[in-house]
Amino acid sequence: MAVLELTNISKHFGAIQAVNDVSLSIEPGQVVGLMGDNGAGKSTLVKMIAGNFRPSHGTMQMDGKELILHKPVEARQHGIEIVHQDLALCNNLTAAANVYLGRELRRGVGPFRILDYAAMYKRAGQIFAELKSETRPRDLVKQMSGGQRQAVAIARTMLSQAKIVLMDEPTAAISVRQVAEVLNLIRHLRDQGIAVVLISHRMPDVFDVADRVIVMRRGRKVADKTIASSSPEEVTGLITGAIEQVL
Amino acid sequence: MAVTLDQTIAQKQHTLLSRIFASQTFWVVIAVILACMFLSFATDAFATQKNLYNITRNITFVAIIALGMTFVIITGGIDLSVGSVLCLCSMVLAVTMHAGYSIEVGIAVSIATALIIGAFNGILIAYLGFPPFVVTLGMLSIARSLAMVASNNTVVFQFGPDHDKLLALGGGAWVFGIANPVLYMILLALITGFILRWTKFGRHIFAIGGNEHAATLTGVPVRQIKVAVYMISALAAGIAGIIQTGWLGAVTTNLGTGMELQVIAATVIGGANLAGGVGTAFGAIVGAALIEVIRNSLGLLGINAFWQGVFIGGAILLAVLFDRIRNFRRND
Repeated sequence: MAVLELTNISKHFGAIQAVNDVSLSIEPGQVVGLMGDNGAGKSTLVKMIAGNFRPSHGTMQMDGKELILHKPVEARQHGIEIVHQDLALCNNLTAAANVYLGRELRRGVGPFRILDYAAMYKRAGQIFAELKSETRPRDLVKQMSGGQRQAVAIARTMLSQAKIVLMDEPTAAISVRQVAEVLNLIRHLRDQGIAVVLISHRMPDVFDVADRVIVMRRGRKVADKTIASSSPEEVTGLITGAIEQVL
Repeated sequence: MAVTLDQTIAQKQHTLLSRIFASQTFWVVIAVILACMFLSFATDAFATQKNLYNITRNITFVAIIALGMTFVIITGGIDLSVGSVLCLCSMVLAVTMHAGYSIEVGIAVSIATALIIGAFNGILIAYLGFPPFVVTLGMLSIARSLAMVASNNTVVFQFGPDHDKLLALGGGAWVFGIANPVLYMILLALITGFILRWTKFGRHIFAIGGNEHAATLTGVPVRQIKVAVYMISALAAGIAGIIQTGWLGAVTTNLGTGMELQVIAATVIGGANLAGGVGTAFGAIVGAALIEVIRNSLGLLGINAFWQGVFIGGAILLAVLFDRIRNFRRND
């Protein structure tokens, strides 16, 4: 069964039709590349799944139940996690503090509860080990490489039982070696049965790691096919409009 | 021998000692200790009980407000209104008690005044997006003006039926001959340190100062916390005002003039970063201590008081210089 299913989703801002009648479904443990030029509607689509915007028309279903989101916190409660393009990290805090930001572990009774540093360091360390990332929970994020910073942002999504992780341009602006690290992180998420939506401009990354590619142009879905049955040339054509549509 | 991933992850890169040596606060403590040692040898008057009593007590008023300011500065904000809020809260206390109300009522009204002003600042900053500098600059003017209105710009030195209680509260020395204000300062510093290090609220304050956008995205209630920090800052100013009223035994409308700058200087010397994200309770106290020791020593060494500003200003620049040098080294 699909973990997330969108049916005839549209979003308009006044007269501007940002997303137009898009339907798609995402299976557990599947990596889906979401591609398209600037202004194609990728971000708007993702923001609806993340609870930032409400769709103007259409329905979203999660595990077969209708999903209505009023704010981002609710998306998280449903198991939808987002890795933002700028990673949303605080440089002055440790890796563990960033992983747990907004949902800190505490111990104690009733109103007298203090931060549980030991438990947060321990669990964050376990997650980094699962991700096979050399990231120390006690280090400040300020001192970390691009790949480690990605690991911290991705570790966040693994705190709760995430079902689907949306990643916004995770490989933009980092070095080649770090890109490989990030793609490995994505594979680890997939191996745990988590669905990953990878929003990216970088063709090689999508063809390297994704199972399926969805292409958007001017608010519409113009392609949705397996990676094996597509090619970078075809996707480029779809993004630019040289190829009208393949469905 | 191969190092496993688990070993790398478990490794602590910084020992306690290396962290201490890397902190600006530590070096300011050293500076304070060295200055005190020097003054003990160089002058007869420094290491006397009376002088030490004076110094510790003088530190407190700036230090208590600096504790509140630390919260604001960690979030990346600034509160310029504290000197005026101190004056207004002192005056509200004085006028209320002068009118015949008990000390409890006076303190309650004074604290309430502080909290209302703090909430006003915070709401304008957090919900309406005003720059903190502008809002608190406006409040600097408003609060002092209100103090003048409340007292009709007179000196209040009679505090009604509980007059003696108020003077004992601020001027007494109930435990081991330590001035009461010092005890309040220590208590408040412990509370501040605890909040910053061990509570979710404290963690979120640092997060806002580090990356406000990230804090918002991860579900930190940024606006509520911002209102809270300005309320804490005003509350600290109010508490300092109450204590100072008891100590001085009189309130004038120029009380606390220019104090905001001393308070900000103390927090910055103590290691807080005006860009946000960094600061400690201990640093605020140490910064206030260094300023007071400089001031005291100039007097004892017979140096013209006009030089005070040069030395305090120099201390600010020197403290930040250390920080810059460390950053340069790290970037290399």
